[in-house]
Amino acid sequence: MRLVENIIGAMRGKAGTPIPGGIKPPDYKQATLRSRLMPTPIPRELILPLIQHGSTRTKPLVKPGDKVLKYQTIACSEATGIVDLHAPTSGVIRAIENFAIPSPLNKESMCILLESDGFDAEIDHNAITDYCSLSYLELAKLIEEGAIFGLGGEGYLNRLKLSSGKAVKLLIINAAENEPYITADEALLREKAKLVVLGAKILQAACMAEHCVIAIDSNNTDAIEALEQTQLNCPIELIKVAPKYPTGSEKQLIQTITSKEVPSGKYPADIGILMHNVGTAYAAYQAVVEGKPCISRITTLAGPALQTPKNFETLIGTSVDYLLELCGLNQQDHTMTLMGGSLMGVKLARTDVPILKTTSCIIAASNAEFPPPALEQACIRCGFCADACPVSLLPQQLYLYAKCQYYSELISHGLNDCIECGACAYVCPSNIPLVQYYRASKEEIGNQLKNEMSSAQWKQRFQYHQYRAKKDKEASRESKKRGAVAKTDEAVQSAGSTVQNMLPTFSRESAKKEIAAAVDRVRKRKTRLIASSSDENTESSK
Amino acid sequence: MEAFIDKQLFQFVAAASIFIFLAHRLLLVRKYLRQEYLAQKSVVDQINSYLPQTQCGRCGYKGCLPYARAISRGDAINKCPPGGEPTILKLVDFVNEPGFRLNPAHGVFQPPLAAIIREDECIGCTKCIQACPLDAILGGPKLMHTVISSECTGCDLCIDPCPVDCIDLVLLPTPKPRYWLTPKIQNSRFNTLETDL
Ligand code: SF4
Ligand code: SF4
Ligand code: SF4
Ligand code: SF4
Ligand code: SF4
Repeated sequence: MRLVENIIGAMRGKAGTPIPGGIKPPDYKQATLRSRLMPTPIPRELILPLIQHGSTRTKPLVKPGDKVLKYQTIACSEATGIVDLHAPTSGVIRAIENFAIPSPLNKESMCILLESDGFDAEIDHNAITDYCSLSYLELAKLIEEGAIFGLGGEGYLNRLKLSSGKAVKLLIINAAENEPYITADEALLREKAKLVVLGAKILQAACMAEHCVIAIDSNNTDAIEALEQTQLNCPIELIKVAPKYPTGSEKQLIQTITSKEVPSGKYPADIGILMHNVGTAYAAYQAVVEGKPCISRITTLAGPALQTPKNFETLIGTSVDYLLELCGLNQQDHTMTLMGGSLMGVKLARTDVPILKTTSCIIAASNAEFPPPALEQACIRCGFCADACPVSLLPQQLYLYAKCQYYSELISHGLNDCIECGACAYVCPSNIPLVQYYRASKEEIGNQLKNEMSSAQWKQRFQYHQYRAKKDKEASRESKKRGAVAKTDEAVQSAGSTVQNMLPTFSRESAKKEIAAAVDRVRKRKTRLIASSSDENTESSK
Repeated sequence: MEAFIDKQLFQFVAAASIFIFLAHRLLLVRKYLRQEYLAQKSVVDQINSYLPQTQCGRCGYKGCLPYARAISRGDAINKCPPGGEPTILKLVDFVNEPGFRLNPAHGVFQPPLAAIIREDECIGCTKCIQACPLDAILGGPKLMHTVISSECTGCDLCIDPCPVDCIDLVLLPTPKPRYWLTPKIQNSRFNTLETDL
């Protein structure tokens, strides 16, 4: 523990030790920071996906036609670690069916469609003013009921992070946002620094962390100023890190702050460190102090195709189209929409999709700033990508193996440690979409693992089948030897009759009729088949 | 007298040493054969672990294990349609010989399938149960039958025996959404492999 203390003490207020590699893409943050953080007007319709995280679906508690109030629980989870879904405003449930969700392919998923009535009437919720008197368990429970999960974009579940059962030494509140367009955290800190700090304190109390730091990009001057003003007489440290992408990524930030690397395949909790996003801290404040579950988030709307790019405090489920419209989308320049940043984000196949709890940024791209991808060329083994990789992998090697589907080699070259940051693809002079290769390979490896698991199961079952067949054969040979054929026949018949007794509706005649009918059907189909095949034959012979 | 004893002793010693020598050799040979057998068995097990265990018999053998044995004796590695290219690539790495694309004589690669019985049409003839290599069908004489879908490999062996054709093979829904656009992966390993046909 002294180590962590020393390190923090040594770098109080200083920039941390930089990670290996990384890139410094041009900064496009000023455009969205010009205007204040705004709550969006309530849209007429909200689309709320039942799958909030992972692949576990929550179970709807409402049905079409039901009236719901703001903050009411409308879907709950049975699995542990999956949070409930709350109504972002009051209104009527219109449908529970498949709607498009954000994805690079036209993917659909089960969603609740909520039509707002405009009153925004709230359900009763109790605010807690003296949260300091609550025990950590009560706090953790309140946070869990607040349906919060990692709002930083990675969507990691709060509950897993909060109660992983390990002693937590250091809690890091992550405000080191260094995707070139995203300013959601900075805008939040600028306007609500005090609440974020309170939220950080609550999170610290809930996970009983010994220390708490807020890590922030050293060039977010406004946010730093706002934090410094509130941070007076407060045990939370402020650590400024050098603005370098991808320092804001979880394991990289930990490495920057503590000079410790999270071992491959382990979680930060395994070395006694937890990390939460500032958005999560703010949501925790709302959940505990105001008693409001998480129904909104801060989302950046950026990009050259918007007339007034800005940050919105938007309701979960608001459609991307609606937000783009609010920012004055310039239809002519608009070429594509990215969700989640220009380097790590994905291109949206369609824009009538909802904002999720993990959507930190929407970028409306134009040809000027996002030219269409240049032609992919052969790798020239220049090694730029290896220099840029923050995890010290060999991207060019991974690329070769991904291209020839050499999955065992991919694993041994550390594909699982790749954080998909895109630094390698950014510097590649041959314009190779390296990250796409890695993502596709990771998915394929996951599928193969699943197949292997079912193969093992099938193998076992097949072996058992063979064993059973052998036993059956032996048994019948035995019984034949004993000349007990007649007896077994009797036994079978009596067993058959007991089965018949057990089935009240079973009668011999109807069964016979059914079999006759079935045989008839088959005969008919066969004649039809023969007829059609002979037709084909005659046609082909012609 | 002395000479006589010496001769007998000599004969005895000679016979005994020849016997011991032969017995030792025999034991060595046996040990060697056993090692060979075990090595062969572990090779077969290894190969078998790469096969998809669908047990469909489309490779021309009665199940995956016999095919694994045949591969270990030098059969071609491109005969398993349910495994498709991923299986071939794993085998290429293991047996260290050039691979070929899947031999279409045995079938084409398909996404995972599962059998479903249209239950109201089933007449309860139990033919499908007898055909199923995984005991994945549940039912009794003159009773309705159904497939335990978690155990069904989609091997299609139950389709033909059914007298009323009430078994369908359906595509399994892919459980995980494909979020990523896959770049066109041209497998350079396959491009350098010869075609077998
Ligand atoms: S995407 Fe993966 S391989 Fe590329 S730089 Fe980032 S961590 Fe390294
Ligand atoms: S940067 Fe691109 S061209 Fe250079 S080694 Fe990496 S993948 Fe190859
Ligand atoms: S074709 Fe493949 S899955 Fe079918 S029995 Fe042969 S090895 Fe097994
Ligand atoms: S139910 Fe049919 S398809 Fe499924 S494993 Fe059995 S025989 Fe094969
Ligand atoms: S073979 Fe067809 S009719 Fe016979 S028991 Fe199976 S499903 Fe039913």
